Amino acid sequence: MSDTSLTIRRFSDLANPSRFLALSARLLPWLCCLTALLFAVGLFFAVTSAGDYQQGETVRIMYVHVPSAWLAMMIYGVMSVSALGTLVWRHPLADVAARAAMPIGAAFTGLALVTGSLWGKPMWGAWWVWDARLTSFFILFLMYAGLIALNRALEDPARAARLSAILILLGFVNIPIIKFSVDWWNTLHQPASVLRLGGSAIDAEFLRPLLLMAAAFTCLFFCLHLAAMRNEILRRRVAVLRRQSARSAALNGPAA
Amino acid sequence: MRRLFLRDLALAFRAGGGGLTGLLFFLAVVAIVPFGIGPDLKLLARIGPSILWIGALLAALLGLDRLFQAEREDGTLDLLLMQETPLVLIVLVKCLAHWAASGLTLALSVPFLGLLLNLDAPAIGATMLTLACGTPALTLIGAGAAAVTVALPRGGLLVSVLVLPLAIPVLIFGVSATQGALEAPASFLPPFLILLALNLLFAVLGPLAAAAALRSLED
Amino acid sequence: MPLCLSIEGLAARRGDAPIFRDLSFRVAGAEVLVVTGANGSGKSTLLRIVAGLLRPEAGRVRITGLDEAGDAQADDPQRRREACHYLGHRNGLKAELTVLDNLAFWRALASVESRKAGLPVEAALDAVGLAALAHLPAGVLSAGQSRRAALARLLVAHRPVWLLDEPTAALDAASDAMVAALILAHVRAGGLAVAATHQPLDLPGALRLAMPARPDLLDETQEGAPDDGFWLDARHGTGGAGDRPRRDAR
Repeated sequence: MSDTSLTIRRFSDLANPSRFLALSARLLPWLCCLTALLFAVGLFFAVTSAGDYQQGETVRIMYVHVPSAWLAMMIYGVMSVSALGTLVWRHPLADVAARAAMPIGAAFTGLALVTGSLWGKPMWGAWWVWDARLTSFFILFLMYAGLIALNRALEDPARAARLSAILILLGFVNIPIIKFSVDWWNTLHQPASVLRLGGSAIDAEFLRPLLLMAAAFTCLFFCLHLAAMRNEILRRRVAVLRRQSARSAALNGPAA
Repeated sequence: MRRLFLRDLALAFRAGGGGLTGLLFFLAVVAIVPFGIGPDLKLLARIGPSILWIGALLAALLGLDRLFQAEREDGTLDLLLMQETPLVLIVLVKCLAHWAASGLTLALSVPFLGLLLNLDAPAIGATMLTLACGTPALTLIGAGAAAVTVALPRGGLLVSVLVLPLAIPVLIFGVSATQGALEAPASFLPPFLILLALNLLFAVLGPLAAAAALRSLED
Repeated sequence: MPLCLSIEGLAARRGDAPIFRDLSFRVAGAEVLVVTGANGSGKSTLLRIVAGLLRPEAGRVRITGLDEAGDAQADDPQRRREACHYLGHRNGLKAELTVLDNLAFWRALASVESRKAGLPVEAALDAVGLAALAHLPAGVLSAGQSRRAALARLLVAHRPVWLLDEPTAALDAASDAMVAALILAHVRAGGLAVAATHQPLDLPGALRLAMPARPDLLDETQEGAPDDGFWLDARHGTGGAGDRPRRDAR
C-alpha cells in the first residue's frame, strides 16, 4: 500500500504543473528549432524530388497528406493513453493532455481530408468519393468534433475530464471497427504501402522526403501539443485566480 | 430484473414515453423521402431498404437522451445507483427495454412502410430481420452517450452527434446484409454475422461505459 | 459487533465553496440522529455522502456490524449504497405508474434477504395510510401523499440504515407523527436512522446534531477548491501541491 502511494507520489511530483511548465519552457524552443529544421530539409527534398511518371506533380501532395493522416491516428492514440491516465490515476494533467490534443487532432484530420480531396480531383476526377479510407477519416473527424462539442458543453472541468475519457476509450475501440467496416464496404484507396512485409513498395526517391516530412509533422505535433497544454494549464490557473479574487472581494465586503 | 424490463417498457408506451413518438418519426422520415426524390417506384424499390435503415437509425436516436435523464429528474437514478444488482446489469436491462420499445417496434412496422416504398416480400423480410438484429447495437451505443450527457440541459442533440460516428459500422453492415440477402453476387451471411458480433461487443462496452459515466456523475 | 455508523473528519464542498469540514460523529444501532441546520448548511450533502452517492473531499464514513462476515470493507461505498435506504428530496415515483406498481418495482429489485425482512407492498401502503389509493397513478397524488408513498418504499425492503432528507416535507401534523412512529419502529427493531430536517420531529431519545454554519462565511483562512493548490502550485518543490491523490483532511 505504501509502495503504491509512493509511486503515485513520485509520478505526480513529476507531473506537477509548475514543473511541467518549467520543463516544457526549456524544451519548447529546441523542439521548435528541430521542427523548423526538419521542415526545411523535408520540403527541400519534397520540392526537388522527381515527379511520378503517372501522377506527375500531384505526388507532392502526398508529402503533406500522408504525414497528416498518420498523425491524425497517432493523436487519437495519445488521447487514449491520456484517457487511461485520467481514469486510472485520476491525474488532472492527463486530462490537460487529452483536452489539448483534441483540436490539434481535428486539425490534422481536416488537413488529411482536404489534401486528399485536392489529390483526388485530378486522380479520380472527383473532389470526394465515398471510399473506405476517406469515409473512415471523415468519421474520425466527426469523433474529434463530437469530443470537442462535449468538452464545450460541460462546464466543470473535472466532470468533463472523466466523461470525455470514457468517450475517448469507447471511440478507440470503435476505430478498428470503422476501419474494417468501411474496408468491407467499398475501397478505391491504395492499400498501405510504406510499412509492409517484404520491404517498402515505394521508391527511395519518394520515401526519403516522405519520412522526413513525417518526422517534421510529428515534431510539429509535439510542439503544438506542448504549447496547447501550457495554455490549458495557464487557463485553469487564471480561472482559479479569478475565483479567489472574487471570493476575497466578497469577504472584505462590497466596499473593498 | 424482469420487473425493471416490464416497467421501462410500460413507461415507454404510456403518455410522454418515447416508443410511439419514435415510430411516428420513423413514419414521417420514410414518407418524406418520396417527396424528396420523386415517386419513381422502381427507384424507391431499389433504395427502399437503405431508406428504412437510415430512418430507423434516426428514429432510434430520438428517445435515447431520455434513457437516464427521466430517471435523474424524478430521483429514481439515485436509487438505481444504490441497488445490490450491479449497475452494469441495470443499464443493460434498461437498454433491452428501450430497444423493445424503439428498435423492435420499428422493425415490426417495416411491412407497412415497405408497401409505401414498393418493396417486395423478400426485401421486406430481409429489412425486418436486419433491423431487428441491428438496432440493439444502436441502443447500446446510445446508452453510453446518454449517460455521458445526462447532466446536460440540452443533451439530446449532443447524444446524436456522439452516437452517429459510432453507429456507422452498424448501418454499413445492416445495409450490406440486407443487400446481400436480395442481390445474387453479394453475400448475406458474413455481414449479418458481423452485425451480430457488433451487438455482442457493444452489449459489453455500452453498459460498461454508461455505468462508469453514471457513477462519475456526482463524485 | 453491533451496527454502527461512524464518521471521522468528513469534509465536503460544492464547486469551490466548502460546505462543512472536520465533521465527526457516531450513531449506533437502535439510535436516531436528527440533523438540523440552516438551508445550505450541508444536511443533504452529508446524507448523500453517507449513502455513497457523493465522494467526500476528506474523511471517512464507515458502517460496521452489518453482518457476521466482518468489517473488512466497511469503507467501501458500494457496501454503504447497499446497506442504506435513501429518501431524497425527490420521491423516485413514476407518475405514470400506479402507487402499487411503483412499490412492487422497488420490492422486486431488492435482494432476496431484504425482501424477506421487508413488508409486502399492501402492508407497507397500509402503514403509511395509502392503502385506499394503491391503484391510483402516482401522478395524481398530492405532495404529502407522494411523500408517504416514498416512505413506504423504505418498508417494502429491509435495509438497516435509513437516511431521510426532510422526511416530513409537505406532510401534515398527523402524518408527521406517523413518520416519527415509523422511524421509531425501525430503530426499535435494531435499525439506525439519520434524519435531516428543519421541522421539529417528535422523536424521544434522538441524538441531535446541529450542522455548523458555513465555514466560508465565518473563516478568514479559507481555501479554494481542492484543485486550486494543484493548479497554482505556490509551494513548488515541497511536494505539497503534488500529492493530490492523497489530500489530507484539515
